[in-house]
Amino acid sequence: MAQSNKEKSTKITALVVDDDMINRTIHHRLLDNLGIENEVVGNGKEAVDVHCSGKNFDLILMDKDMPIMNGIEATRKLREMGIRSLIAGVSSRSTEQEIQEFMEAGLDDYLEKPLTMSKLVTIIRKIDSNG
Amino acid sequence: MDLVQLQRQLVEYRTSLYHEGFLDEQFTQLQELQDENNPEFVVEVVTLFFEDSERLLNELTKALEQQNIDFNRVDAHVHQLKGSSSSIGAQRVQKVCIAFRNYCEEQNVEGCLKCLQQVKNEYSLVRTKLKSMFQLEQQILTAGGSIPM
Repeated sequence: MAQSNKEKSTKITALVVDDDMINRTIHHRLLDNLGIENEVVGNGKEAVDVHCSGKNFDLILMDKDMPIMNGIEATRKLREMGIRSLIAGVSSRSTEQEIQEFMEAGLDDYLEKPLTMSKLVTIIRKIDSNG
Repeated sequence: MDLVQLQRQLVEYRTSLYHEGFLDEQFTQLQELQDENNPEFVVEVVTLFFEDSERLLNELTKALEQQNIDFNRVDAHVHQLKGSSSSIGAQRVQKVCIAFRNYCEEQNVEGCLKCLQQVKNEYSLVRTKLKSMFQLEQQILTAGGSIPM
């Protein structure tokens, strides 16, 4: 299973982490439309497990409120594991405190739901500039 | 009715749904994600929304019938419904959910029951309207036309 070398890879990869099937479907399609190879999982634990299996992604769209392991815990865990991907927290309107707690867990950015093309494009530009 | 009339009827109907607040820009986002490779995208997502909402409304009814209402549970369901209605652009459903969550926080049974009824009504309305819209679209496609944006 040869993986393309990151150096010259033009294909950005992403992981959608959301417990809501409607959001997973929409975010998957949004990313597809932007030419981004992406996978979807249903909660924070699955996101951690997929990384334990050796996979890596340029971008992680992390929902906040999920069962089994929420977005805050999952983000913390991934950072502890040394994951350097761009992690964008995604949530419906939250309080300043909640956003702060989420950011402190290790997010690079925070987006309010629902996600749109233009919000995603803003985030993706950050990946390009990081190389 | 000829094709041009059908197409005009669809555009007018769709516009009215936005004007009356049944749909918002998020629905437009969904339409923009539909293309030749994903020709059924909107119907697929909206169908998911119908299934999910019906499940949640049943759960909410049961939860609010209990002797000792678990408001955290009620709130969790409303939060989900608010999220999914927002994702597809079902604005009026989403608005009721916001009020509903406030009553949950106050543990106001009467308020919650009132909101449950309201959200059921709004859901029923948007479901009927979206189904009518999809029917019009299907008629246009069957007549060999394309869906106007």
